[in-house]
Amino acid sequence: MASNKKTFDAAIVGAGIVGAACAVALAREGLKVLILDSSSAASGTTAAGMGHIVAMDDSPAQLALTHYSQKLWRRLAPELPASCEYENCGTIWVAANADEMSEVHRKKAVYDENGITAHVLDAQALLDAEPNLAKHLSGGLLVDSDAVVYQLAATRYLLLKAVKQGAEYRQFNSVASLSDDGVGLPSGERISAGTTINAAGAHAGDLSPSLEIRPRKGHLVITDRYPGFVRHQLVELGYLKSAHGSDASSVAFNVQPRKTGQILLGSSRQFNSNDDAVDNAILNRMAARGFEYMPALKEMSAVRVWTGFRPATPDNLPYIGKVTGFKNIYAAAGHEGLGITMSLGTAELLADEIMGRESPIPRQPYSPGRSAASS
Amino acid sequence: MNKTSTDILIVGAGPAGLAAAAAAANSGGTVTLIDENPRAGGQIWRAELGKIRSPAASKFLRALTQGRVDLINSATVFAFSGDNTLTAQTPGGSISISCGKMILAAGARERFLPFPGWTLPGVFGAGGLQALVKGGLSIENKRIVVAGSGPLLLAVADYLKTHGATVLVIAEQASAAKIRRFARGLWRQPEKMVQAAALRARLIGIPYKPDTWITRCRGPRVSKRLARELEVTIKSRGSSRVIECDYVACGFHLVPNLELPMLLGCQIRDGSVSVGDHQQTSVRDVYCAGELTGIAGIESSLIEGEIAGLAASGQTEKAKTLIKKRDAATGFGRALDHTFALRPELKHLVEDDTLICRCEDVSYAQVKDFATFREAKLQTRCGMGPCQGRVCGPAVEYLLGWEPASVRPPIFPVKMKYL
Amino acid sequence: MHKIKVNGREVRVGEGTTLAAAILASGDPFRTSVRGEARAPLCGIGICFECRVTVNGQPHVRSCTVLAEDGMEIVTGE
Repeated sequence: MASNKKTFDAAIVGAGIVGAACAVALAREGLKVLILDSSSAASGTTAAGMGHIVAMDDSPAQLALTHYSQKLWRRLAPELPASCEYENCGTIWVAANADEMSEVHRKKAVYDENGITAHVLDAQALLDAEPNLAKHLSGGLLVDSDAVVYQLAATRYLLLKAVKQGAEYRQFNSVASLSDDGVGLPSGERISAGTTINAAGAHAGDLSPSLEIRPRKGHLVITDRYPGFVRHQLVELGYLKSAHGSDASSVAFNVQPRKTGQILLGSSRQFNSNDDAVDNAILNRMAARGFEYMPALKEMSAVRVWTGFRPATPDNLPYIGKVTGFKNIYAAAGHEGLGITMSLGTAELLADEIMGRESPIPRQPYSPGRSAASS
Repeated sequence: MNKTSTDILIVGAGPAGLAAAAAAANSGGTVTLIDENPRAGGQIWRAELGKIRSPAASKFLRALTQGRVDLINSATVFAFSGDNTLTAQTPGGSISISCGKMILAAGARERFLPFPGWTLPGVFGAGGLQALVKGGLSIENKRIVVAGSGPLLLAVADYLKTHGATVLVIAEQASAAKIRRFARGLWRQPEKMVQAAALRARLIGIPYKPDTWITRCRGPRVSKRLARELEVTIKSRGSSRVIECDYVACGFHLVPNLELPMLLGCQIRDGSVSVGDHQQTSVRDVYCAGELTGIAGIESSLIEGEIAGLAASGQTEKAKTLIKKRDAATGFGRALDHTFALRPELKHLVEDDTLICRCEDVSYAQVKDFATFREAKLQTRCGMGPCQGRVCGPAVEYLLGWEPASVRPPIFPVKMKYL
Repeated sequence: MHKIKVNGREVRVGEGTTLAAAILASGDPFRTSVRGEARAPLCGIGICFECRVTVNGQPHVRSCTVLAEDGMEIVTGE
């Protein structure tokens, strides 16, 4: 295999949205980039996700990276083809009761501080914005800048863009090991690369055991087309509890309007399940949660249900940067449920680190070495 | 959700399912027969204006009422939850049925191949148009082109003619030589020969053209209303001609409805479910009968159903006596497969802008360069609409050589509340 | 006989008639596809979903699987 003897500046393992975004950023720097994936593009966690581009404030570092990434998405949006279905629909964080309304105000203050436009909605304003929500809800917080993208088409677009910039993409090409001088294939062959980027999502820990990544299973349901039924991405305020918590399983109301008129319903989170089969018990809990917030969902026709695995880390922040103990292996993995949003920011931070320059936001919170340092 | 249990659960009340139910009915155990149509009978004995007209079907339906069989109509099975439990959606709610043994007799559907114009209103499946006529559609004085492949075309043409239509032509893609060999083979099964002769007599006046297929259909006056007239181009041995008609009835033989057996994990080989002597599948306590095990017609379905019904209810000695008869009938199925295999020219009917996936309006150009069905699905939504790839799946498997996509519940769109 | 309404117009059909057959007789298209094409039934047996219409306010009903009943209101072309 003569082509394998080629030397690359950067070998990216994983052609999910994070790997694809890294490929674009590194190829733009003039590096000779190779992208490898054991399957086809965007077929892992990326395929299973919702495509919500959201500013999320579970921690200051999470907000910094999601907010930064969101700006990058807005900048990219004009060049995205129609197939990417980018839509600036905004998010409404839905408050179910008075307690959650006080959380709405707290959240609004945090967003204000960070220059993210958000509007408090009272119960009536919430119903005006989303007439199909249940009548008993207390209000919500509308965040204008959040968007939705068809992440599968976006990943493909990014990969093709990287290829246009000179990157090479090889699909159905597994990687068995990473080292400071490149990647090893299952056949024993090696591909040499100056820098190796582990963007293998939920499988990143298999290649870099120091990365603490646990697969966290989720379910999604998609309906037939009901144009106009939902207008914004809707998320219950308790979502962060579900996303942050380390409970064995949890569900939270999360609905997304697709540009097609289809509705995506989530979300569930389960640790300790490596089986990708649909779990009826948690699916039923998830659907029931959805009906509490949006009763009319009950009568809608569900076309498909699928599962996927989020790459979860102990502190809910991704690993971006040099992997502990190696000179030339970098991580861009562990984004849990925020990989689509964070992909563009991750790629920029990684490119900055590899090129040895400052980034617009501090990189330290995402450094793979942080867990070793703090424990 | 309603929950119930039964000793033997049969899915599909066509010939195979009805025969299985009749065979199992008097074994002492409880038998439940579940079907998605408002009336039993399957496609071949489909009720006409709400009534079953086939004497053979009536005989089986009577037998059911005498045995211990519960018939559940209008129930679409969409999920399987381990421990031999199926869940179905019915107009009155969802129902979950657990069972000791299961007999799958989910039948077949037409195979559709895309060609320019196949999405026009007025272009139906062959069996599709017949089903609509049975549902009350008047075809009095309509000019109809029947096209595609398989013995179904003859039965449909006959049916349409007796219901007042003018069938302009039957365009059969299979070669004349293959059809002749197939017809000669029927002598070995006198019963079939009689049927064929009777059919031929009735078909007098309808040109039956082998080596002939549709290449294009145009609606010259497409407006907000349905096209009033269609222009169909048919190709025969190098020459083409255009026929004006009102409707097109086009289907390319049949493909088994494999979604449920695949969901249960039954082994599939060459496009049908693998079964043993007693119709048992690779999954314990699950049997399969009828077109799911290979398209072989009604006689094979009846015998397979009977064997499955007997075997599942413990009457294995009796089942054994039918094996020889069954093997002869499945031999007919192999002859069908060979005779009506799709000719390679049909791969070139599609043009770049021909739609492949009718649910999501995905064109051939959008999918043709993908290596796998999954990639095409994820990138273009081909096969991701409500039909879940039942129409485009068999087409892309033929056109592009893709493996069938994997199957996940719900295997049919279902109301969210029943998930 | 059953009286149903297809897009506001009254259509009379015999016992055992499916909604799909009734709509075909009315001449109206069934659904509008993603790209805006008018579609009508293909398979006739509930598989292809081309015959979807709104029945008594419930969208995405396969009209070939439902028998017409007095007073049903059908909206097509969506």
